[in-house]
Amino acid sequence: MPKIKPPVRTPHIDMTPMVDLFSVLLIFLLLTASFRPQEAAVITTPQSVSEKTAPDADLMTIFISRDGKVYFNIDNGKDTSTHFRSKLLVKIGEQYKIQFTKAEISKFGTMSSFGLPIKNLKTWLNTKDSKEKEKLQTGIPMDSTDNQLAWWVREARLTNVGAEVAIKGDADTDYKIVKKVMDLLQDNKVNKFNLVTNLQKQEVTLKDVPPATK
Amino acid sequence: MAEIIQEEKGKKGGKRRAKKQSTRIDMTPMVDLMCLLITFFMLTTAFSKAKVMVITMPEKDNSEKPDQPQIAAFRTLNIILSEGDKVYYYIGMADPKKPPLPTLIKTDFSKDGIRKILLDKNRDLFTKIAEYREKRVTGKIVVADTTLDNEIKKMKRDDKKGPIILIKADEKAKYKDIVNIIDEMAICNIASYAIVDINSVEKDMLKNAPK
Repeated sequence: MPKIKPPVRTPHIDMTPMVDLFSVLLIFLLLTASFRPQEAAVITTPQSVSEKTAPDADLMTIFISRDGKVYFNIDNGKDTSTHFRSKLLVKIGEQYKIQFTKAEISKFGTMSSFGLPIKNLKTWLNTKDSKEKEKLQTGIPMDSTDNQLAWWVREARLTNVGAEVAIKGDADTDYKIVKKVMDLLQDNKVNKFNLVTNLQKQEVTLKDVPPATK
Repeated sequence: MAEIIQEEKGKKGGKRRAKKQSTRIDMTPMVDLMCLLITFFMLTTAFSKAKVMVITMPEKDNSEKPDQPQIAAFRTLNIILSEGDKVYYYIGMADPKKPPLPTLIKTDFSKDGIRKILLDKNRDLFTKIAEYREKRVTGKIVVADTTLDNEIKKMKRDDKKGPIILIKADEKAKYKDIVNIIDEMAICNIASYAIVDINSVEKDMLKNAPK
């Protein structure tokens, strides 16, 4: 008697709920993720063992590139309705007697780091070509005669009182320039700096302690 | 997992029936893609956060304070950073009124360089903190992370024997040197250190220092 073979059926799992779940997760992550904005200069940060992370918002960052150019950035704050950047631009404009249009102000609000003399700011905001824009980024002047960085810091401190200050310097920048920036910050009553570094773990144990010689 | 639609073999000569098409869509590739995307996003959001090293400088105050704490000269270790990642150090004070001037000793950022000297100077405190940490790792004491931090802070504050490090950088030092040396302070659990300006006596000393 031949056996009756049952038809071979592959087990089938309904994947719809899984797909649903994944979609939800994906959309959530997409919406919450904040993309790192493009920075004005390429900066290789020095390495350290520090595992502290920089605050997400309310952070004023001063970039110092390898060739000693200084760039500045401030975020809009935790609450997007505060518009710190736009307010800051208006204040700086008043300081230097430059009238910015509404479009320029709102555009500045969405941008990130910049490094150029204030007189070029208007042209920079209206330039569309990214290469032209890059050419304008010559660093914020900080000579004693016209210390524009000091004005940015001062006004930023007044606009966003709770902002912390981070310094992101290139590993090969001269300490001289970093010191100048630090002195400038200290003149503006900033005594706590966050130095942006790259994490590099180093283990030191009791064995590394040299034996007592005495 | 994937569903494989098996084609039924048509019987020879039999009536050809219209094939029943499965309405199911194979979702596996879609799931694969989503998995990938999710992992990508999770990793990028977690790792893109910049790490920072916090330093607090003393407030700039032009008015001299009348009662500045006197520190023992033998406790002070001066570190001078110079061109080409060079590190010099000397102990005590360089006072031209009280010759002879201390000699600069050259070292570097390697494991056996400045770190060895710092560990040697800071032996008591470092051992204390390392033992405390070890006890925690082995489970002899159970404390929360914040308690551990506070304990270490307290140990550092109570330390009366450890070195007082004065970090000085000359004109040609690079930014990474200063970051490295502050990092060494963190590695060696140095309780008190400060970044100060280099003075002219030390600049002269640096000129005669071993290259």
